[in-house]
Amino acid sequence: MQRDDDVIALPSRRRFLATTAIASTGLVIACFVPFGMRKAFAQDSPKPQPVDPNAFVRIGADDTVTVLLKHSEMGQGIWTSMPMVVAEELDCDWSRVRVEHAPAAPAYAHTAFGIQMTGGSTSTWESFEQLRTAGAMARAMLVQAAAAAWKVDPKTCRTENGMILSGTRKARYGEFAEAAAKLAPPKTVPLKDAAKWGVIGKPTRRVDSQAKVTGTAQFGIDIQRPGMLVGVVARPPVFGGKVVRVDAAKAKAVPGVVDVVQIPQGVAVLAKHFWAAKQGREALVVEWDHGAGAAMSSAALRSEYQGLAGTRGAVAKTAGDVDAALGSAAHRVEAEYELPYLAHAPMEPLNCTVEIGKDGCEIWTGTQFQTGDQGAAAKALGLKPEQVKVHTPFLGGGFGRRANPASDFVLEAVHAAKAAGKPVKLVWTREDDIRGGYYRPMWLSRMSAGIGEDGKPSAWAHTLVGQSIMAGTPFEMMIKDGVDGSSVEGIGTYLASIPNHRVDLHSPKSPVTVLWWRSVGHSHTGFVVESFVDELAHAAKQDPLAYRLSLLPQGSRDRRALELAAAKFGWGKPLPKGRAAGLAVHESFGSHVAQVAEVSVESGRIRVHRVVCAIDCGPVVNPLGVEAQIQSGIVYGLSAALYGKITFKDGKVEQGNFHDYPVLRLDAMPVVEVHIVPSTDKMGGVGEPGTPPIAPAVANAVFALTGKRLRKLPFDLA
Amino acid sequence: MKLEVNGRPHEVDAPDDMPLLWVLRDLLGMTGTKFGCGMAQCGACTVHVDGQPMRSCVTPASAVAGKPITTIEGLAPEGGLHAVQRAWIELDVVQCGYCQSGQVLAAAALIKAKPKPTDEDIDAAMAGNICRCGTYQRIRAAVHRAAELNGENGRAA
Repeated sequence: MQRDDDVIALPSRRRFLATTAIASTGLVIACFVPFGMRKAFAQDSPKPQPVDPNAFVRIGADDTVTVLLKHSEMGQGIWTSMPMVVAEELDCDWSRVRVEHAPAAPAYAHTAFGIQMTGGSTSTWESFEQLRTAGAMARAMLVQAAAAAWKVDPKTCRTENGMILSGTRKARYGEFAEAAAKLAPPKTVPLKDAAKWGVIGKPTRRVDSQAKVTGTAQFGIDIQRPGMLVGVVARPPVFGGKVVRVDAAKAKAVPGVVDVVQIPQGVAVLAKHFWAAKQGREALVVEWDHGAGAAMSSAALRSEYQGLAGTRGAVAKTAGDVDAALGSAAHRVEAEYELPYLAHAPMEPLNCTVEIGKDGCEIWTGTQFQTGDQGAAAKALGLKPEQVKVHTPFLGGGFGRRANPASDFVLEAVHAAKAAGKPVKLVWTREDDIRGGYYRPMWLSRMSAGIGEDGKPSAWAHTLVGQSIMAGTPFEMMIKDGVDGSSVEGIGTYLASIPNHRVDLHSPKSPVTVLWWRSVGHSHTGFVVESFVDELAHAAKQDPLAYRLSLLPQGSRDRRALELAAAKFGWGKPLPKGRAAGLAVHESFGSHVAQVAEVSVESGRIRVHRVVCAIDCGPVVNPLGVEAQIQSGIVYGLSAALYGKITFKDGKVEQGNFHDYPVLRLDAMPVVEVHIVPSTDKMGGVGEPGTPPIAPAVANAVFALTGKRLRKLPFDLA
Repeated sequence: MKLEVNGRPHEVDAPDDMPLLWVLRDLLGMTGTKFGCGMAQCGACTVHVDGQPMRSCVTPASAVAGKPITTIEGLAPEGGLHAVQRAWIELDVVQCGYCQSGQVLAAAALIKAKPKPTDEDIDAAMAGNICRCGTYQRIRAAVHRAAELNGENGRAA
C-alpha cells in the first residue's frame, strides 16, 4: 500500500460542500469524495450529487463526534472500525465518538460500485481514503477556525484528543464547531503517514456492545410505528407458483387479524400483532398454481447436473492443450464434488416496515442494499428515489441475504402497506426464511488432472455446473461469454503453475432463486480446489503442505499465510491418538487465508477440535475485529460443511427450521487461533475470507485420519 | 391476565395460547427479547421465569401469569450492568448482537446455578443458544470472566 507522501491532491472535479449548520447544538462537516470508479451495473442508480446530506462527520457543541456510517452494521464491526479510521485523522476523543447509520443517499455510494451497499468484504478498503479524508478535513477546519479566533498562524496549532492547542491556548473541538462550519473546506488535506497511526491498528473494543447486551440495540424487527399492522405473508410453496384463489374468511375471523391483502408475492395477513397474523395465516385458505416448479426434486437436479458435467460448458479459463496433456500424463486423478443449496439463516428473520405518506414513503429495514431497495420501492409506488427515506437499523446478521437485487422482503412490505393504507411491518418466520429462496446455488464440479513423474500436475480440467447469481438481475451485464465471474471465482489458486488447464462452466436455469452467500463463489470453489489438490498430493505421495508449497510462487501471499498457519499449528508434529490434521489455503476478496484443522471421528461423527488460521489482509484497522470475523467465517463455513443443505421434493423445500437445518452450536465449537500476517500489501476484506478454507481443511483432515475422501457437502461419513 | 415483568405488574389482554415472547414484544413493547425460530431451537427468546431460563417463544403467557419474569431489560438494576454483561463487553463478544439477549440470560442463569462453571458446564448450558455470527469462543471465555466478576462482587458484598 502506498504510504509515502500521503497528501491527497484533490482533482478539481471533486467538489466539497460548504459546511452546513443543521442544528442549534452542532454542525455538519460534510464532504463528498467521489467514486473511484463506477461499474456498468450502477448506471441506473442515482447519480452522486455533491450536495447535502453528504455528511460523514458531525461535531456537536458538546464535543460529541458523530460518524455517519454509510455501511450497514450486521455484526462485522464496521460500527467501530470505520469511526476508528475517521478518528485517526480527526484526533478526536474516542470516548466522545457516536455512530449512526447514514440515510440512503448518493453521497454514501460505495466508491467502487457506485451504489450504497455493504457486501463483498469491501467496506474497509473502499472507504479507507474517503473516511481519512473526511476526518482530516474536519480537523483542518477546526484548526483554521481556532487560529482565526486566536489570531495565530494555523501552523502553530496542533490537535490532540479532541483539543486544539497553540502556545498557551487550548480549546475543545466543540467550542469551534460552529465557527468551523462557516469556513470553506480545504482543497487538499495531508493524511498521516502509516508510521504515525495511533488508532488504526490498535485493538479496539466494539462501541455497540453495551446496547447489544442490554437489549436496547434496535433491529428492524423491533420497529414500532403509530397505527402499524404486523403481517406475515403466505408465499407460493413452490418456486414460481401463483395464487389462484384466496378464501380469507377464516383468517379474518382470528382475533387480532385486521386485513388480508393480496400482493404480487402472495397473500399478506395483517394484524394487531405478530401472533395473530401468524394464526391468521394458518387459517387462510389459498389455492396455488404450483407451475412447472412442482416437478422439481434434488435427485432430478443432480442427474441433470451430472449430465451437463459430461459436456463442455462456457470456457472461463484455458491454457495449453489439456486433453493431450491428460492423455499423456503418467497418472490421472478424477473426482466429482457436490455442494447443496444453502440458506443464509441470519438470526434476525427478514422483516421490513413501510409507512407511505402523502409525499413519499419511509422504510425501516436491515438492508445491505440501500440504493437498490430505495429504487425498487420508488418504482413500485411511482415515486422518485429521493422520496423514499430508508432507515437502516442494526442488522441481525446479513451474510448476503439482505443484499438482494430483487429487494424481495422490501417490496412485499411496500405492496402490503400500499394495499392496507396503513403502516405495515412484515415479519418472516424462520420457516419463511429457510424456504424462501435466494440460496447459495447447488454446485457440481467434475475434475480431472494429470500428474507427471515428478508428482506435479501437468493438466487440470474443471467443469462446474451451477446457477448464475447475476443472471436475471441488473448485474447480468457482468456475465461475459457465458461466464458469470462469481460462479468461478477462486478456481485459480494453482493454475499458474499448471501449463495445461481448462475451466468451463454450465449455468442451468431453475425457478429456485439464488443469491450471494457469505464468500459467494469461493464457498464452493475453495472446497473443490483445496480438496482436489489434496487428492493430487496423495496421488503424488507427497505431504499436503510440501505439495502446495511446491505449486505456490515463492513470496506469494497465499504461501506466507500457509507457512504461518502451518508453523503456528506445528504441522508434522505428532497429534494425540485418534486425531489428524488437514489444511487449506484460499484467497478471496483480496485476503489470503490458510487454515489447519485438527479433527477426530467419534461415534461416526466428525469433531473439529482446533483450527489454526493465518490471514494476510494487508494493513489492519482493528485486530480484535479481524479475529472476530475470522472466527465467525469459520463457524459459518463449518455449519455448512457439517450440516447445511436445502433439498427439494415435489418442488418443495424439505427443511424449515433449525431442527432440520442445523447450524453449529457452542458445544461443537473448536478452539480457533487467528494469526495476522504482518503485511503492507494491498488491503483486502475480512468478513468473508475466513469461510472458504474451513470445509476443505476439515475434509482433508478426515481423509488423513480415515482414508475416506469427503467429496460432498455436508459431510457424510456413511 | 396479570404478568410481573422485571418487578413491575402488567395487565395484558391476550389470547391464552399467545406466547410470552409476543406479549413482551408486541403488547408490552419490550423488544429486547428476540424472535429467532418460534420452536425453542435457538434460544434468542430466552427469559427467566422464577429465575430459571425459559424459551418465551413456546411458553404461553397464561402459563407464567403471576410468576416473576425477568427479561434482558431487567437483568441488571437500572443504570447498572450484570456481571455477564460486563464480561461480554470486556471480551468484545457481540457481533450482530441479535442472539445476545438470549445468550446473556442463559449465561446469567448458568453462573447463578454454578458460580464456577467448567467448560463442560458451559457447553451443556449454552448449546441451546444459536449464534450465526459464531461468537462462541468469546462466549466461553466471557462466561468464565463473568463468573470471576461475580465472585469479586460476592466478596465485595
